[in-house]
Amino acid sequence: MRHLIDPLDFSEAEIEKLLDVADDIALNPKKYSQVCAGKKLATLFYEPSTRTRLSFEAAMLNLGGSILGFATADSSSAAKGESVADTIRAVSCYADICAMRHPKEGAPLRASRYSRIPVINGGDGGHQHPTQTLTDLMTIRAKKHRLGNMTIGLCGDLKFGRTVHSLIKSLARYEGIQFVLISPEELQVPDYIVDEVLKGKDIPYEEVGNMEEVISSLDILYMTRVQKERFFNEEDYIRLKDSYILTAQKMRRAKKDMAILHPLPRVNEIAIEVDDDPRAAYFDQVQNGVYVRMALIMMLLEVTPC
Amino acid sequence: MLNIDSLERGIVIDHIKAGCGMKIYNLLKLDELDCCVAVIKNARSSKYGKKDIIKIEDMVDLDLEILGFVDPHITIDVIDEGKIVEKKHLVLPQKLVNVIKCKNPRCITSIEEEIDHVFKLSGQGDHHYRCVYCEQEYQG
Repeated sequence: MRHLIDPLDFSEAEIEKLLDVADDIALNPKKYSQVCAGKKLATLFYEPSTRTRLSFEAAMLNLGGSILGFATADSSSAAKGESVADTIRAVSCYADICAMRHPKEGAPLRASRYSRIPVINGGDGGHQHPTQTLTDLMTIRAKKHRLGNMTIGLCGDLKFGRTVHSLIKSLARYEGIQFVLISPEELQVPDYIVDEVLKGKDIPYEEVGNMEEVISSLDILYMTRVQKERFFNEEDYIRLKDSYILTAQKMRRAKKDMAILHPLPRVNEIAIEVDDDPRAAYFDQVQNGVYVRMALIMMLLEVTPC
Repeated sequence: MLNIDSLERGIVIDHIKAGCGMKIYNLLKLDELDCCVAVIKNARSSKYGKKDIIKIEDMVDLDLEILGFVDPHITIDVIDEGKIVEKKHLVLPQKLVNVIKCKNPRCITSIEEEIDHVFKLSGQGDHHYRCVYCEQEYQG
């Protein structure tokens, strides 16, 4: 039995295969419409989420399966003080696979050690978000027809942005990748990513504070939101929340084929006017997220179309 | 010079950094032993100038994981019939279970009951340990 807890749990070859299946699902959705008939997905969301939870649920429904679960910690036994270990032992009796989002880092890993069903990390605190990474990789591959040999700019909250951490870890495995990390000093990438991934694997990277100076060199610009829920101090949030706003004017400096990605939800870090720019790929990501989660559920449940 | 009888049978924890003898004594919970235990502070050392030594007059199982984490330069001499029959050199352990605690308030270890605090030696070399759950580095 396999889980997806960390973006590196799958090899590059496995990711390639999974993205191929996701691409095929996009082209032939009917072929996959009953592959999970009779199977149940539990969505254990201890933290509010619109996109990720609905994406998982849509994915399972598209595969002919059914869904159960909870959308906030208040509506689960966690409110009574139940441990993650106990919850997953119970859920293992009700469902065939589960997706977990939790505000505490490492909760899905803890769950996977007590689970009898595959556990998918749907985001753990400011740590990792591997299914968003699969979505990002699918979108990058669709736009660029490759996953290596490019310069990726990551902008905004790189400290608590779990999608950023997962994406850096994943892309660092491909050849010819360079990172440009654009953030205020307080929201720079955590040490463990810099030390173990970037320096550890000798990946070229630079940390800068100004988006305009570097935007022309980028093949991908990955924007992120400064997340209020990750701050213990509201003053810090207010001071940093408007650090970067991507506008049509700034986009004039960017390459003609640069792709703009964003894990969403967006607040104001991408101006609405940019949505009409053909380089905006963030709504494609939402659709790709369903396809890639369908492929992932199939892979972990070891089911294939007839 | 202070004299402590040499051991006939037991264990000598040697080359402890001067001043750390009691820390080791407490970490290994040697106060719970029934046998004779001597903590020698500031003994002369040709290598370090000064060192601490702990002598235990019994064959006990020591947690070498803890000792390796605290100070990998410590050596363990196993004594039988007044002679050193084994000399153990310590290494930094690859994994620490319930030796140190994760201090990240966002880590699952901050709320989950009965959870082991597990750290792994990171690829950065000497003495960098990261929590397996949140990957935050241990700051002593």
